[in-house]
Amino acid sequence: MDRAVRGENVYKVLVFILVLLGALIMIYPLIWMIVSSFKPELLIFKDKSLIIREFTLENYTRGFEGVGGVSFLEYMLNSMKVVIPVIIGNLISCSMVGYAVARLEFSFKKAVIPVILITMMLPVHATLVPRYMMFRVFGWLNTYLPLTVPSFFAMQGFFCYFFIQFMRGIPRDLDLAATVDGCNPVGIYLRIIVPLSLPAFATSAIFSFIWTYDDFFSQLIYINEPVKYTVTLALRQYTEALEMSAFGVLFAMSTVSLIPIFIFFISCQKYLIEGIVTTGLKG
Amino acid sequence: MLFLAPWIIGILVFSLYPILHSLVLSFTDFDLFSVPRFVGLQNYRMLLQDARFIQSCKVTTTYVFLGVPLQLIFALLLALLLNRGIPGLKYFRAIYYLPALLGGSVAISILWRQVFGIEGIFNQFLSYLGFSEEITKISWISNPKFSLHTLIVLRVWQFGSPMIIFLAGLRQIPSELYESASIDGANTFAKFTRITLPILSPIILFNLIMQIISAFQAFTPAYIIGSGTGGSLDSLLFYSLYLYICGFKYFRMGYASAMAWILMIIISVLVFFILKLSSGFIHYED
Repeated sequence: MDRAVRGENVYKVLVFILVLLGALIMIYPLIWMIVSSFKPELLIFKDKSLIIREFTLENYTRGFEGVGGVSFLEYMLNSMKVVIPVIIGNLISCSMVGYAVARLEFSFKKAVIPVILITMMLPVHATLVPRYMMFRVFGWLNTYLPLTVPSFFAMQGFFCYFFIQFMRGIPRDLDLAATVDGCNPVGIYLRIIVPLSLPAFATSAIFSFIWTYDDFFSQLIYINEPVKYTVTLALRQYTEALEMSAFGVLFAMSTVSLIPIFIFFISCQKYLIEGIVTTGLKG
Repeated sequence: MLFLAPWIIGILVFSLYPILHSLVLSFTDFDLFSVPRFVGLQNYRMLLQDARFIQSCKVTTTYVFLGVPLQLIFALLLALLLNRGIPGLKYFRAIYYLPALLGGSVAISILWRQVFGIEGIFNQFLSYLGFSEEITKISWISNPKFSLHTLIVLRVWQFGSPMIIFLAGLRQIPSELYESASIDGANTFAKFTRITLPILSPIILFNLIMQIISAFQAFTPAYIIGSGTGGSLDSLLFYSLYLYICGFKYFRMGYASAMAWILMIIISVLVFFILKLSSGFIHYED
């Protein structure tokens, strides 16, 4: 019996070491990038260790100066101009869908969820060219509107689905009581469902932020004037302008670009994990 | 009704209409500036003879069929290990999940170029392991033989989100099942194949489908690592990258629309087959 217990313990220690090693390998590249961004350009590939022999902020100052006279702060501001309206749009429109499907009765209710699931699975390319033509007719090319306006029409199936699931879990007694007190559906939505769904709002807001902030494809297609570049487009521009010469700057700006996501990751992990588990969001 | 109005308008204006319109465009020759000219099936016929299109299909299928299963195997493996009640679970879960959260960004693609470059830390690691100069002087990123594999590694690196879904699934398996199996003399392997896998099967199926759909659309790493052109010898010419090049570099919008439709058909046929094939294996609790 004693032996079995000891065997079990050895086994547990082995698993622990394996998991620890795996974790180190997983984050080593990230740590290396962050550390390297504080090294002088010439030393980055000479000394690849994680020890900083000569600490410098030059990569950051050079990076923030930007290429072509636009500072990196400007790019971050531009990203916010896209991300903030998208978050607002997604929260309003998708929570309305959630409420309608979770609580209201209407004729084609059964069709809504399948349609949402289909739009979730649809490749972005399927609508790409006609949407581009449509936005061109509207005169929206090279503005942020093609990136932000669709979010006001509940086009992110993931969030709709998430809100539906979440709101179904809210006890009905409360809205029944409110109905008896003469509250209409709009009132119930605003006074009862929305306040009780705040965790779902938080999760959706965080994922809206990360996906939109990281989205490269649509920004590449719709924005072509360097002054309007977002962080992702600016980074691409840096890779082209500084090719093979300024890894320090590239690393520094890549690190800066990841900071907002890091902040969400550290402060809102609970919401992130809840979101993934409930809907299988891709992360 | 009021609550669904934005969604209904959205579906009609931003989904249904564009999809049908792109089907129409796929039968035309269209450069965005002049009037589309109807050419019948010509785009589809040309695609079948387009060597770069065939190459993009090869690259993407290799990526999907190697990357996704590997990613899911790692996700399941780590979920099983983490579910063993090791100390610091919260921290490990966070560390393993972090790459999945960051992986889609341009910054990580830039980093990847350096990790697998000639001077990168991957080669440094190999030389620590005692590999000869011949091997440690390979630029894994730019060598057409290996560049796609570095992107597959990048995909596998992001196994965190399916892992978290697996972990949540594992938590829901009642421990009594394992206990009674032990009493009946089942070993670890039997417990895994008879209890864990069947109960997890719907989750595996779900992860598989979602990851396949997203892998088919991979764009950012292909664009950044292949410098927007598909890399040397088109070894990184992903399907969505080639679609982008045709549509928005050469302005062959009809051609790009045809590619979009082919992609949509490939994905739906694949998902349909996975669902059909799996229906015999999937265990649903009722």
